[in-house]
Amino acid sequence: MDTLEVKQKLFHKLKIGNFSFVLPAIIIFSLFNVYPLFLILKLSFFEWNGISPLDQAKFIGIKHFIEIFTNDKLWWQSVWHAGIITILALTIQNVLALLLAMAVDRGIRGGNIYRVIFFLPPVLSGIVIGLIWQWIYNGHHGLLNHLFTFLGITRFENMAWLADPDTALYSVAIIHMWRGFGWGFIILLAGLQSIDSQLYEAAEVDGAETWHKFIHITCPLMMPVFILVSILTILGTMQIYDLIVSMTNGGPEYYTEVPITRILASMRGENRFGYACARGLVFGAMLLILSMIQIKVSKHMQKDL
Amino acid sequence: MESYSILKKRKNPFVTIGIHFSLILVSITCIFPVAWMISSSLKTQEMIFEDMGLIPKTFEISNYTKALIEGKFGIAFFNSCFYTVTVIIGVVLVSSLAAYAFSRLEFPGKNILFYGFLAYMMLPIPGIFLALYVLVNKLGDLTSFTIDLSFIGLSFLKDPINITIIGINTRLGFIMPQIAMNLSFAIYMLKTFFDKMPPELEEAARIDGCSKFGVYWHVALPLAKSALGVIVIFNALTIWNEFLWANLIFSDISRMPLPVALMKFQGSVVTQYPVLMAGMTITIIPIVILYLCMQKYIIKGITAGAVKG
Amino acid sequence: MKRRFFGYFLSIFVLVMIVPLIIGCSKRTSAKSSKSIIIWHWMTDRDQTFQELAKRYEEQTGMEVKFELYAPSDVYTQKVRAAAQTNNLPDIYGILGESQDISIFVSAGYVPDMTPYLDENDAKWRNTFFYESLETNEFKKNNRSNIEPGIYGIPIDVTNIQLLYNKDIFKKAGLDPENPPQTWEELLEAGAKIREAGFAPFVAGFGEIWLINSLTSCFAINLMGYEKFENTIKGDVPYNDPDWIKIFSLFEEMSNKNFFISGIVSMVNKQGERYFAQEDAAITYNGSWSVNVYKGMNPKLDYGTMLPPKINPENPVMIQGGAGSSFFINSRSKKRDAAVAFLKWITAKEQQIFLAEKTNNLPSNKNTFEGGADSLLAEFVDDMDKMFHPQTMDFYEHTRVLEKIAKGIQAIIIEKKTPTQVADEVQALKKSLMKK
Repeated sequence: MDTLEVKQKLFHKLKIGNFSFVLPAIIIFSLFNVYPLFLILKLSFFEWNGISPLDQAKFIGIKHFIEIFTNDKLWWQSVWHAGIITILALTIQNVLALLLAMAVDRGIRGGNIYRVIFFLPPVLSGIVIGLIWQWIYNGHHGLLNHLFTFLGITRFENMAWLADPDTALYSVAIIHMWRGFGWGFIILLAGLQSIDSQLYEAAEVDGAETWHKFIHITCPLMMPVFILVSILTILGTMQIYDLIVSMTNGGPEYYTEVPITRILASMRGENRFGYACARGLVFGAMLLILSMIQIKVSKHMQKDL
Repeated sequence: MESYSILKKRKNPFVTIGIHFSLILVSITCIFPVAWMISSSLKTQEMIFEDMGLIPKTFEISNYTKALIEGKFGIAFFNSCFYTVTVIIGVVLVSSLAAYAFSRLEFPGKNILFYGFLAYMMLPIPGIFLALYVLVNKLGDLTSFTIDLSFIGLSFLKDPINITIIGINTRLGFIMPQIAMNLSFAIYMLKTFFDKMPPELEEAARIDGCSKFGVYWHVALPLAKSALGVIVIFNALTIWNEFLWANLIFSDISRMPLPVALMKFQGSVVTQYPVLMAGMTITIIPIVILYLCMQKYIIKGITAGAVKG
Repeated sequence: MKRRFFGYFLSIFVLVMIVPLIIGCSKRTSAKSSKSIIIWHWMTDRDQTFQELAKRYEEQTGMEVKFELYAPSDVYTQKVRAAAQTNNLPDIYGILGESQDISIFVSAGYVPDMTPYLDENDAKWRNTFFYESLETNEFKKNNRSNIEPGIYGIPIDVTNIQLLYNKDIFKKAGLDPENPPQTWEELLEAGAKIREAGFAPFVAGFGEIWLINSLTSCFAINLMGYEKFENTIKGDVPYNDPDWIKIFSLFEEMSNKNFFISGIVSMVNKQGERYFAQEDAAITYNGSWSVNVYKGMNPKLDYGTMLPPKINPENPVMIQGGAGSSFFINSRSKKRDAAVAFLKWITAKEQQIFLAEKTNNLPSNKNTFEGGADSLLAEFVDDMDKMFHPQTMDFYEHTRVLEKIAKGIQAIIIEKKTPTQVADEVQALKKSLMKK
């Protein structure tokens, strides 16, 4: 065999030609994503204030991780808050998005206009959203309280929705869901419109009720879309941050703290950069596991349906 | 032809009215902030919170001219468009190539690589920007060189010119990390799409003697046009609003994008709300237009990508 | 066919890669920049005035000064920290943050000692400043960080934080607008009358930790004297000392007497400023910089300053204050002398008057107000002798303790915790941090 042939065989065996398709992605990814990630990983084992030169950082082993898991109640409380908002968003926000999508899918008049209107909140700047909702929620001539008074409910007079520990987190969650349902709506509507209407027609001829059609036609066909929307929701909600800062700044007390505000507090407030990195990695690992479970479970469900 | 959907076409007018009512109710909550923003951009600083009404008593067009001139909106607008377009082209090219390979081709380490990309999507670390800055700074040292053109004899070339390809205060230093950041989601999204695409067309092209790259470029990519629409609008929104990284990396005002120009009016002490609102109104328009253009792609995109089982 | 697609691909690729190169090649050290000083700052509202000053300076001396603005403040903070890591700091920069952040910058060696320059020619430069404004930037002898004693930053303005009251609302509530309440009891009585007149007595950005901390230390210094306050931070006096519990109870008392505007505990300062400007609330606690804010939002607002209430008649009332914004020189700057010269120029009387007039900030140069000035600003300046700073560069409380105190007070206001509970929690945290 001559050498050229050997080379060609090797080339095919290792699929180098195929590999070159992913090569640009790998180069960019490993340079700009993996390298910084390794630096963060390294720093999570160091005591470093984020200001003085990096070589002055002190190696302390896994002390940061031990602290997170044994002596950081506030951190886990903030994770819990993000969890609550995520569960609310996964259910209420996505159900609302689905209902609205189904209503528009019905071929209702003005469907195209709604498609544009519901996309407005995600596009809007956080500053405008903050100002508007502060005005709605505030206890001093707030819009919501005026509405209750108008409806004859006097219980909530002077209620400051964002300052009450019982309502603050849910009030923020409502804003977040309102801001995010537009994405879900559009993706779900797109999914619904693609379903062959003949399937419904056939089902209706068989006398199927709406509920049956939903379970037996819509659900199985929409499963990949549901996965997509729910992963987007989880990622968007877990990383909620600017809304919290502009609405409550984590207060009252610690009632609306979320992981990202705690990471930033340790990074910039306390000047413990290494600890902030450790917190971020722990949180990232949790999200990763959660998303993997989600993908696995949904794939399983899809097979069953 | 009558179309069928999940909800049965009922004759009952109350149901129709109920649906319309709830849709309009939600619509009002979505339109109100936009209307308020536009109306506030026409008010004065004194009026803006005193009168939360939607109809401004004054029409301060000067807020818009102020935003355009003081914020140096012209150059910032160009920069924003430039960054958005380049990053999107980069993301689309790189991610579609990779996604196609992950979906259709075999190569060593395929699964590990794919999950690696996926995992990065989940890591929210605010400190990553500092690490990235350190990296880009290092790259700046590696990729800068000096050209001495004084031998030509032109007066403006008399001093040696320092050129940095990618580093702090370079456009590429802004663009490349942005491409990297948005890559994971695009790959995930596009792979789902390619997975669902019927392979027959590509096989036919292969038989006609098209190379692998040819099949990707001429068959797969045009079919994916609609999924790409989704990626375009998703990414455009993120890049259009990105300002932390822009602030970190640029020191030259002529390279800053729009959100940085906007931040000028939001002071640590005094915020010029009407001018800020005017600036935000201007900023929001291109993204809405882009959305209107991409809408039909998005509708078809997710559809074709995810549903045809 | 193969050629064609490759051509397309190539042309797009060229577009992506080459265009930014053409427009974006950076000339880091162009010939021009060696003659100019670069200054980073975050003060959006002062940017125009700075640019104007820079122009004047260039006209006078031929030295180009470039003010570069990065905002908002948390972005600026990240920018400076990232630049410090990579040796990219400009010649002059501001450091945003608490005293302890600045002290880390000094101990890391990014900032040179300014004392030699201040003390040249019989301390001519030093003597132009209000003493308090320099003190904020000073490391004293035997400091805990073992830093060479000296003054490291040059203040361009001073601030202090006081109570402000709305004279119109006072009139409507039957109070004397020229004689605001002075003692604790008077303040609460006035609050009750304001409530009766249909206004909220007090608003402030109590969602922001530093503001609560500032008011708390005012109360503490008046109640227990400066020395005991200092000893608490040193760790000799516990936070569950009866005096501290008394301070926490003050907030409970205010809350019980309906003194606060609804929702105060999660209110950010900007929102609080809006309520005061719109005359929803009669009294607020805010810094001298807010004069500018109120002027923009409601030019007709008629208000004055008043001191925090006297709780312990035996001790004087003090207010928090010191340097507002300070500039620091990059210790690696090759243009240090030029930078010092510019700082000398910008803190000289003429420029300070210009800055004070244009931006409504209190000047750090004490000779500025010999002539007339905005009466309200003058009111702030009058109280300069009562100033203290609870946190200096070599003497400060741990951030986590400060956060715990502020969050604890929020919990007291919403009646989730008692003052004793909060005091014990703060002390427990302080103790655990002292061990480290």
